[in-house]
Amino acid sequence: MLTDRLRSMFRKESDPVSYHPQLAADQSTAAMRAVAAASARGKTQRGASPPITRQSRGIEQFFFNIRDVVGLSVLDCAGANQDNIDFLINLGHKVYSQDLVRNLDDCFQDLTEQTNPSRIEYFLKQNFDYPAESLDGVLLWDSLQFMSPPLLNATVERLYEVMTPKSYLLAFFTATEKMTEVPAHSFRIADAKTIVITERGVRPAGQIFNNRSLEKLFTRFESVKFFLTRESLREVIVRR
Amino acid sequence: MSSTPFRTPDADPRNAATIGKSVKIVGQIYAKEDLYVDGDVEGTIESHENKVTVGPNGRVQASIRARDVIILGQVQGNVETSDKVDIRKDAKLVGDITTSRISIEDGALFKGSIDIKKPEPKSAPAPAMPVAAAAPAPRPVEPAHAASGATGGR
Repeated sequence: MLTDRLRSMFRKESDPVSYHPQLAADQSTAAMRAVAAASARGKTQRGASPPITRQSRGIEQFFFNIRDVVGLSVLDCAGANQDNIDFLINLGHKVYSQDLVRNLDDCFQDLTEQTNPSRIEYFLKQNFDYPAESLDGVLLWDSLQFMSPPLLNATVERLYEVMTPKSYLLAFFTATEKMTEVPAHSFRIADAKTIVITERGVRPAGQIFNNRSLEKLFTRFESVKFFLTRESLREVIVRR
Repeated sequence: MSSTPFRTPDADPRNAATIGKSVKIVGQIYAKEDLYVDGDVEGTIESHENKVTVGPNGRVQASIRARDVIILGQVQGNVETSDKVDIRKDAKLVGDITTSRISIEDGALFKGSIDIKKPEPKSAPAPAMPVAAAAPAPRPVEPAHAASGATGGR
């Protein structure tokens, strides 16, 4: 709450960020429903921050790249929620859904276990067992930043194999380079340019990221584009 | 394609065939009425014209085919419905869904794919062909002598 108040003091008038419950009048019905759902969840979690609705250049770029196409297979790693499913289904796509951060907890006790090759292989089989070049889009949100380097490299390699050429993935990474623990969030799509973010605690960061390390991480991919947000989050669009 | 959230009424166990929580079935289940599963089922469950509800104690390792499916327990298997799938907040589903509509409450765990199939429109009866108006019957032509009143001979 205090952090949100300090942020609001430094926010410019043209700032696209808006905070629940003071939504702009022209927010879409879907955005309002997404906020209500996230807020209801937040009330049941002691100390949870209220959800934040903001425009996302990353999500805007992702959906811009797949505009005018239907029938794609899109993997959403945010965990099943009605808003994301509805949005993708209404675009005419087939949705694959999983909660990748939760699956990390189910598979690994801690970051140290994430270096075990057999556990890594098991994790990839449980979460990315798709035919080669079958996924036309992947929404990873902030899940990759909680992976240790061996697991992260193996995951990115597997993503390269299962994504179709010219398809896109979206991933968020904290831009603060000195934090050992970073906030974890849940993400809901309000519309093609807007997301609703709810913090769900903090988690150990797998490693420290900067633009150079991210470019190296996705070196096999065709292109990497960065957008830096006000919350010190890197939104990264990567083209297979 | 409906994206409006909905909550399908649970199948009333009193009005549905019920598999109690102490029951385990391994095999194929065919139902011609609503089915409420609160026990363990391995195999397949089919109830094409009706609703299948997996209760909070239900543990299903089976593919499910029904008109509607409501999940409050755990399902591992593919789910195919002609109308809707409703996954409640403490439910867990691992499998692929094929349906016309889907509702997932916050707190539900789902891992798999969602494929929306629009229901085929019912074939409308062929419109009746318009009957052409019958042409009036031609008036009979009377013989000329009769018409002019001429008499026979000179």
